[in-house]
Amino acid sequence: MPGMTPPVLDVHGLSRTFQLRSGPVHAVRGIDLTAGRGEILGVLGPNGAGKTTTVRMLATLLPPSGGRAVVAGHDLLDDPAGVRARIGYVAQSGGLDPSCPVGEELVTQGRMHRLSRAGSRARAAELAADLHLEDLLERPTAALSGGQRRRLEIALGLVNRPEVLFLDEPTTGLDPGSRADLWDLVRRVRRDHGTTVLLTTHYLDEADALADRLVIVDAGTVVAEGTPADLKARHGAATLQDAFLAITGRATDAPAAV
Amino acid sequence: MNQLFADTGVIFGRSMRQTLRSKTSLTFGMLQPLLFLALMGPLLSKVDLRTGGTSWQAFVPGLLVQLSLLGGMFVGMGILVERQVGVIDRMRATPLHPAAPLLGRTLRDVVQLVVQSALLVVLGVAFGLRAPLAGVLLGFVFVGLLSAALALLSYGLAMNVRTTPEFAAIANTVVLPMMLLAGLLLPMTLAPGWLDAASRIIPFRYTVDAVRHLYLGEYTDGTVLAGLGVTAGLATVALYGGLALFRRSARTP
Ligand SMILES: Nc1ncnc2c1ncn2[C@@H]1O[C@H](COP(=O)(O)OP(=O)(O)O)[C@@H](O)[C@H]1O
Ligand SMILES: [Mg+2]
Repeated sequence: MPGMTPPVLDVHGLSRTFQLRSGPVHAVRGIDLTAGRGEILGVLGPNGAGKTTTVRMLATLLPPSGGRAVVAGHDLLDDPAGVRARIGYVAQSGGLDPSCPVGEELVTQGRMHRLSRAGSRARAAELAADLHLEDLLERPTAALSGGQRRRLEIALGLVNRPEVLFLDEPTTGLDPGSRADLWDLVRRVRRDHGTTVLLTTHYLDEADALADRLVIVDAGTVVAEGTPADLKARHGAATLQDAFLAITGRATDAPAAV
Repeated sequence: MNQLFADTGVIFGRSMRQTLRSKTSLTFGMLQPLLFLALMGPLLSKVDLRTGGTSWQAFVPGLLVQLSLLGGMFVGMGILVERQVGVIDRMRATPLHPAAPLLGRTLRDVVQLVVQSALLVVLGVAFGLRAPLAGVLLGFVFVGLLSAALALLSYGLAMNVRTTPEFAAIANTVVLPMMLLAGLLLPMTLAPGWLDAASRIIPFRYTVDAVRHLYLGEYTDGTVLAGLGVTAGLATVALYGGLALFRRSARTP
């Protein structure tokens, strides 16, 4: 997949420094990434590693301090509008209006992607059916369970049939059942639509189970890269947990759940 | 340009539905002007405010400007919350025109504040206000312009502060002196010379004077025109300022 067709995600030396009164914070220090069409790329790292900063840059929300990236065939710096039309972005915080009913949130998202009124209603209905949100359309988003919220947020990210879907810590805070459902959903999105998915996580089991390929980041740099099997083999580790420990010299700050 | 209008319409619709869903939104910002109308207005009914006409013709225009000021200056609270839960980022990651989130919300605020103003005027009539219809209707144009100006600045500020208390502190610090200095409750015709002079640096002074003249049916004596110039000028500055502050927040979150 990567190498055969031009990568859908091609990132070189991406960096970001925040200037604070207390001094500069080098959140991301020159990251390289690639992902091919239909690939699920896991960005694994402890809290503060720079995962969110990286994703926000790739989603055009934060100007990089350095580096370049091509996202879905469009240059991040020269054509951010071209990028926005072709990505879905689901923030860790989700970005739902608590008072807004589910159906309305879906339709408005379509309108923001410049679908016609009828077009965005049709797309909303399609996604609601596909992501099992049909019975929730009238419900305000504040009244959803954690798993339902995540499904809606991902549905919002899929409204424009993106080539790349960014999921920032999509299962943090979910119960085990909802996590498993979400993994299935991500796999299904990739299978049905060939969507490239970049997801960040600090759960080792999630990275192991879901990602085709992993990029391990620590303190703003890529410290290892490969398939979960590669990484384990390379470090003679039985589990990803052991491999991670060998690579970074420490555990991620959350235990690998269930 | 057409795309900007269409996108602004989308955000206006979304914001308007938010407002209509909320049970408190109609009264948001209205409580103070209403209390002043009911509890202070009657006290003035036998006082000569030296503006010509009845005290209600001077008092109600002041309350309208107060409503725009309080209602407009604090709309940023709403966007602060949306920014914190990631709604703004979600919008920014779509092709939506970058000015639409600001302009669509501002348009909603203008509609809401003009409707509230109309309500206030109707209540004023119940208390004893009599004013020419044309003047009252023209007064809403001033309310709309002023509301737009304040909402734009309020959103621009809210996008550039870190916390809600920080925003509230700045907004409160600005609002109270402005309200007093503009002569909203009691007109500056009663003021000693130095206070009257100081009040002339406050743009709302010209807005409220113009609306008072409109309520007296004095359309052509220059006060109305001066008020229109200052208010429209303020709205224009606020438009550019608000857009610049919005862009700035995207560069340095
Ligand atoms: N807006 C910001 N201003 C200053 N520092 C920030 C900002 N956003 C992130 N950081 C810092 O950058 C580093 C990486 O953060 P982040 O990308 O959120 O990590 P992760 O998502 O991997 O937990 C952290 O040290 C964090 O404190
Ligand atoms: Mg994060």
